[in-house]
Amino acid sequence: MPSLKDLRNRIASVKATQKITKAMQMVAAAKLRRAQMAAEAARPYAERMETVLANLASGVSGSSAPRLIAGTGSDKVQLLLVLTAERGLCGAFNSSIARLARDKALALKAEGKTVKIICVGKKGYDILRRQFASDIIEFIDLREFKQVGFVNAEAIAQNILTRFNNGEFDVATLFFSKFRSVIAQIPTAQRIIPAEIPEGTKQTEAVYDYEPDEGEILETLLPRNLTVQILRGLLENAASEQGARMSAMDSATRNAGEMIKKQTTLYNRSRQAMITKELIEIISGAEAL
Amino acid sequence: MATFKFELVSPERILFSGDVVSVIVPSVEGEMTVLAGHAPLVATLKTGIVFVQTTESNGKEFFVNGGLVEVNHETTTILAEQGKFLEDVDTGVLDAEILTVETRIAGAHTEEDKKRLHETLVQLREFKHVFEQRKAA
Repeated sequence: MPSLKDLRNRIASVKATQKITKAMQMVAAAKLRRAQMAAEAARPYAERMETVLANLASGVSGSSAPRLIAGTGSDKVQLLLVLTAERGLCGAFNSSIARLARDKALALKAEGKTVKIICVGKKGYDILRRQFASDIIEFIDLREFKQVGFVNAEAIAQNILTRFNNGEFDVATLFFSKFRSVIAQIPTAQRIIPAEIPEGTKQTEAVYDYEPDEGEILETLLPRNLTVQILRGLLENAASEQGARMSAMDSATRNAGEMIKKQTTLYNRSRQAMITKELIEIISGAEAL
Repeated sequence: MATFKFELVSPERILFSGDVVSVIVPSVEGEMTVLAGHAPLVATLKTGIVFVQTTESNGKEFFVNGGLVEVNHETTTILAEQGKFLEDVDTGVLDAEILTVETRIAGAHTEEDKKRLHETLVQLREFKHVFEQRKAA
């Protein structure tokens, strides 16, 4: 049976924790609003880019197509680009992305393919390092950036393009969490090299005029598409992270409240039991006289 | 007047979306005007001003820095690498942009990158010149 002082201490510490989780929830809610706006504002550009690319790609075919669309003709070496958060305490956010990446990596390995992993974000790196320490070729740290933006995405895209041009891998897949709502974030895998041409885009039969020429346009457009898709992943991730943190902290606050209630009842009960016991002692002492 | 659907999108936001009569686009091979029924076209853009003429207003002007325009039978879309309302642009913004490109040239690794960035720089300087003259006039 814990003493009254123990119980008081325990209640005080749970209350302190509750204050922290409450504060974290509110911070996450404020950040979520900005992150969500950024993610939603970036969507139209990425979508239009996809449409334009799909229209263009239907025009180029065969061996003349650039390697970023057609691929290298092999899928032996697979690159997984895993985007996660830099901070924890956001529910299953990081682990669900890492799990998706891990399953994919294991499946590819079972097929006898080589897997290379680039981690963006410390948390995913920490999780994947345990199992794939030898496959991780780079860890990109974005901790110093308060708000990820175009510059970050461009740097990552440049890095990947250089590797691709050096023939370090054949296929690249991007892992991130799509922001659906505060309570629903969907871990997603998206193939970025060769570029994924969305199925079912209506084929415009129009034959395009190109200015300057087709090859040159695709040459600038494809790397740019890569940047945009990575940027979109980063922004969706930022919104998902805050959403996940908000709901995780909300339930933590609620759990703390429940615990406080339970402990308080226990505290009051044992206090009353003590008083009753003392009264009995006094009365029976007086009777004995 | 015949109108067509036009969208101007930058990575941060949609700058314009709606029906327009004509759009003047700064393509790399010179300015061109897109009217309804224009032949399908894809062109890359240089630094410059996009002039949008709608039916009711006197026209809107936007600053774009690189990107591409796609014209097809239904819609015209500009994907700008960087886009702003022209009212939000002043010499300070342009100078800041020129400075970023200059630092990036200094940090560029390959000759190809350097050449590409240098082209952007030339375009920006040219645009700044034009912009200042416009303001003076």
